[in-house]
Amino acid sequence: MTDEKTPSTKEVLLEVKGLRASLFTKKGEVRAVDGVDFSIAAGEVVGLVGESGSGKSMTSLSIMRLLPQPAGKIVGGTILFKGEDLLCKSESEMHRIRGNRISMVLQDPMVSLNQLLTIGYQIGEPIKYHKRRNGSLREMCVEILRKVKVPSPETRVDNYPFEFSGGMCQRAIIGMGIANAPDLLIADEPTTALDVTIQAQILNLMREIQKEFNTSIVLISHDLACIAQVCSKVMVMYAGKIVEKAPVRLFYQKPAHPYSIGLLNSVPVLGKRDKRLYSIEGQPPNLLNPPPGCRFAPRCDRAEKICQTDYPPTTTLADGHEVSCWLYAGGKP
Amino acid sequence: MAGLFGKNRPKGIAVRRSKKRTGAGLPYLGFACLALFFFAVVFADLISPYSPYIGDLAKTAIPPFWQSGGSLAHPLGTDLLGRDVLSRLIHGSRISFLISVGCIAFYGTIGVILGLISGFFGGRTDMLIMRFTDFWMSLPGIIVLFVLASVYGPSAKTLILTFGIMGWPNYARIVRGECLGLKERDFVRLARVAGCSNLRIIFSHILPNIINTIIIITTIDVGTIIVLTATMSFLGLGTQPPSCDWGLMLAEGRQYITYAWWLVTFPGIAIVIAVLGFNLTGDWIRETFDPKQKLR
Repeated sequence: MTDEKTPSTKEVLLEVKGLRASLFTKKGEVRAVDGVDFSIAAGEVVGLVGESGSGKSMTSLSIMRLLPQPAGKIVGGTILFKGEDLLCKSESEMHRIRGNRISMVLQDPMVSLNQLLTIGYQIGEPIKYHKRRNGSLREMCVEILRKVKVPSPETRVDNYPFEFSGGMCQRAIIGMGIANAPDLLIADEPTTALDVTIQAQILNLMREIQKEFNTSIVLISHDLACIAQVCSKVMVMYAGKIVEKAPVRLFYQKPAHPYSIGLLNSVPVLGKRDKRLYSIEGQPPNLLNPPPGCRFAPRCDRAEKICQTDYPPTTTLADGHEVSCWLYAGGKP
Repeated sequence: MAGLFGKNRPKGIAVRRSKKRTGAGLPYLGFACLALFFFAVVFADLISPYSPYIGDLAKTAIPPFWQSGGSLAHPLGTDLLGRDVLSRLIHGSRISFLISVGCIAFYGTIGVILGLISGFFGGRTDMLIMRFTDFWMSLPGIIVLFVLASVYGPSAKTLILTFGIMGWPNYARIVRGECLGLKERDFVRLARVAGCSNLRIIFSHILPNIINTIIIITTIDVGTIIVLTATMSFLGLGTQPPSCDWGLMLAEGRQYITYAWWLVTFPGIAIVIAVLGFNLTGDWIRETFDPKQKLR
């Protein structure tokens, strides 16, 4: 399977069109993901940013088809993975894809591992279930641990998670994720629970893995610095919708959407203490009952009348730079 | 570390240490009781001086050795058929042990499996199983035992069967509760991402995490079952003569309590020792291995 992969960057690996996922709660339908479109090329690293509750994790769980049950449901859209619609797959077909072609790294390394099983057992699981074994399972686990740079993997493979530090646990989890050299790795805030020096190491590790296996990575984060470091493309999510997509350079130089500008302004700059840190006023909207127009309009200081009533169309500003905002929609009605 | 705070070590640390020392100390009394019990269970044939079933009618109702008329040949005396009380007590431990282990193996398995299914799959399955459990809990155990004993005849087997079919709801509920919390944890999600099937997740990820709860309820339940068995035998619904079940010995000795006090006293003490042993040890296990209690 591995030799099929050609390092062509043009080939589209994942294409999400009009994805809508909702949580059906007692209070009603929460539209956590409301019409999301994006595509990821093979070997590309894409960052997905947004504040808590903006639907980042729900998007990634939808791709894995692992929405929290029984509340979560995918309501519409398509997810094309290598040209096949994941939403049409049966549960057993998804079993073959998960952990094999698509895998995932979660936020908190200390709770992502089963405390009662050895690291080696847990890394071996994806290999075992997808029968890509050549040689002994233990050896393969050691090899993976070496790849994710856990020191002395031969002895560490028999350790339990509590014997690992947080950073090492996260390495082991990344190891679990890449055990079968997947085409797509979804990293859901992989560095949030770690301290800054370990964050850098983990990000470097992910970059190396991406180079080695030509794996596409979706990096979900609310840390703009970490996105800037590894991603080639950034998508900004707000209240279940993607408001801006841009190549990473362009995003930091010329952010277009008022929300993106606000986000970038709220990043503290080291050494600057002259004024209060900027923050965007207000709270994200309640997704049970979202505002009719642009979701960001109630918090936006440049909002106009139309923003309150109609959702803005997507405007292309430059190659790969798209924004959904009335400020840029040429033919304002 | 000792020099870190010097003499002015914050008080909180000292307090926590001393608390830990008393809380997690070994339950010597419980262990001693259990050791005695298991020693009797394992070596019953070797250590009991006489057969528990065959009596010597020439030596009936001999009192314990320290009373006048007693002798060290029968340290705890003999009953009205001339059977050695000590030997009967020793062999009785086996019956208690077999019945409690049989029951728990039986209903523990049913309860754990139903609880896992119910907690893991949730939704309608959960609703059905839990309502069935509620219904089952509402059945009075003793009436069920009367019915079964009258159909199959009172015996150790009937006892195991009755406790077995009556005991599982407790396990099912506790296991379901634990399972509900565990299945939402990240490692279960990651296991699913790794491609584990539901069965695999249940048995290799969730079950090991609830094993400690199961061990705790089991140790405490053993005590309860020993008492229940004795109760049932006392009522005549359990094992039948000439069995040397402790409850049965109590029942048989009751009529002669005025002039052969040892016939009821010693079986009673044996029951207390066994139950105390299991309960104290169970409590200790819970205190030591329950991670939620460690921080308190």
